[in-house]
Amino acid sequence: MHDSRIVITGIGVASPNGDNLAEYRTALLTGKSGVEKMETRYIGEVNAGICRFDQFKYQKKKEVRRGTRSGSIAIYCSREAMEDTSITVDDVGKNRIGVYLGITEHGNVETENEVYNISRFDYDTKYWTHHHNPRTVANAPAGEVTLNLGITGPHLCIGAACAAGNLGLIYGAQMLRLDECDLALAGGVSESIHTFGIFASFKAQGALAEHADPTKASRPFAADRSGIVVSEGGSVYTLERLEDALARNAKIYGEITGYASNSDATDHVLPNPIRQAECIELALERAKLKPEEVDIISTHGTGTTLGDQQECEAINSVFKDCPDTYVNNTKSFIGHAMGAAGALELAGNLPSFDDGIVHPTINLDKLDPECEIKNLVINQPYKKDRINQILNNSFGMLGINSVVIVSRFVG
Amino acid sequence: MDKSQLREAVIDIIKSIAPDEDLNGIDGEKPLREQIDLDSMDFLDIVMELRVRYKVDVPEQDYPALNTLQGTVDYLHPKMGNV
Repeated sequence: MHDSRIVITGIGVASPNGDNLAEYRTALLTGKSGVEKMETRYIGEVNAGICRFDQFKYQKKKEVRRGTRSGSIAIYCSREAMEDTSITVDDVGKNRIGVYLGITEHGNVETENEVYNISRFDYDTKYWTHHHNPRTVANAPAGEVTLNLGITGPHLCIGAACAAGNLGLIYGAQMLRLDECDLALAGGVSESIHTFGIFASFKAQGALAEHADPTKASRPFAADRSGIVVSEGGSVYTLERLEDALARNAKIYGEITGYASNSDATDHVLPNPIRQAECIELALERAKLKPEEVDIISTHGTGTTLGDQQECEAINSVFKDCPDTYVNNTKSFIGHAMGAAGALELAGNLPSFDDGIVHPTINLDKLDPECEIKNLVINQPYKKDRINQILNNSFGMLGINSVVIVSRFVG
Repeated sequence: MDKSQLREAVIDIIKSIAPDEDLNGIDGEKPLREQIDLDSMDFLDIVMELRVRYKVDVPEQDYPALNTLQGTVDYLHPKMGNV
């Protein structure tokens, strides 16, 4: 067991508003949404965040045909992260790389497609594809990364609802400390827009965002919000022990100094602000930080009334006397990228260590009075003197909470 | 469908399953898997596509007949001559 410090050395991004971190960051600072109108099976037109990265940049056509969309996102983000930090599989050793990816769900896309497919053949199951099982096993996206890169170290997906992106990073950091690997490809991915079920379920719940202008559909904390915009996307980081990163003179985006995960044990769907606050406090304690030392809180806020209000309650309970703590929301730009959300939203904030800017939450014309938070950055970026600590919230169904704190790297 | 058309139909299926491969120089008498990157899952895709496109079922005991392009054409011709 190492007690090593864990640092972020590379970042790969597939976002509805950017195919790499620089594009994504520019979009967040210029108010560029990634939400569009999309036709989905049985439902028709919905608002969705759609990624436009070149899926053939790192995969052959046959790999794309055989694999899954989440696998393509995972491969793209993993390869981009390794390019970003200028490291190869051979540099690390193929058996010393671990792949740890958070997912909200996996397999619904393929199952829906196959049921639809056999419906055209009078439900004759001999038309059911032999690819169904390898495409729907829960380790599929991480496994596709190992196949693409020839990695022989451990891989798995962490099923953690919409807290999964943070959990992927937490798991990666833990595996480095356990010496299970020397480089962790960690983060989260989601292909959810390719299943009609997720849209239909949110709609049945009264929680699917509707707006004539897709760029205005995702409206966390707004009095006139209408629900969640479902998005696809991914973000994968290269995580390393600090001594390894320093030995190869790698650029360091930041250090994971604190994290926590807990469970509400309250409800299948509704959040619990007391448990969320406890999760935040535990992450702060582990990072040895006081609430007032946090510069940016990256909120989970999805645009559902109760979810937004309860997160605000949790934040206000922990950060009530924090004049220099600023709050933002990334889903207002890109929608809810589900299993990718935690890692993707944190990635969008990490450049603030260099540029000192807090990107805003957009589409906020009229604040829900139940979402009054001090220093919520609304519609325009805020220039702060210096940003040292970023706290990233990610919560999910069945009452799973996760918080990751990344600190400016100080050698 | 005559044998020439059948050959084109089979090549069209293989193209969709192995889109990165150049099929121009395929030797009909040599095993397909020695000439292009095809594995057992791809082979099952060929069987599935024959079923979907032409309603032809290939029972498992007949799979060896599909080892080569010419063998595939010869095997399918009695089944698909009227397609």
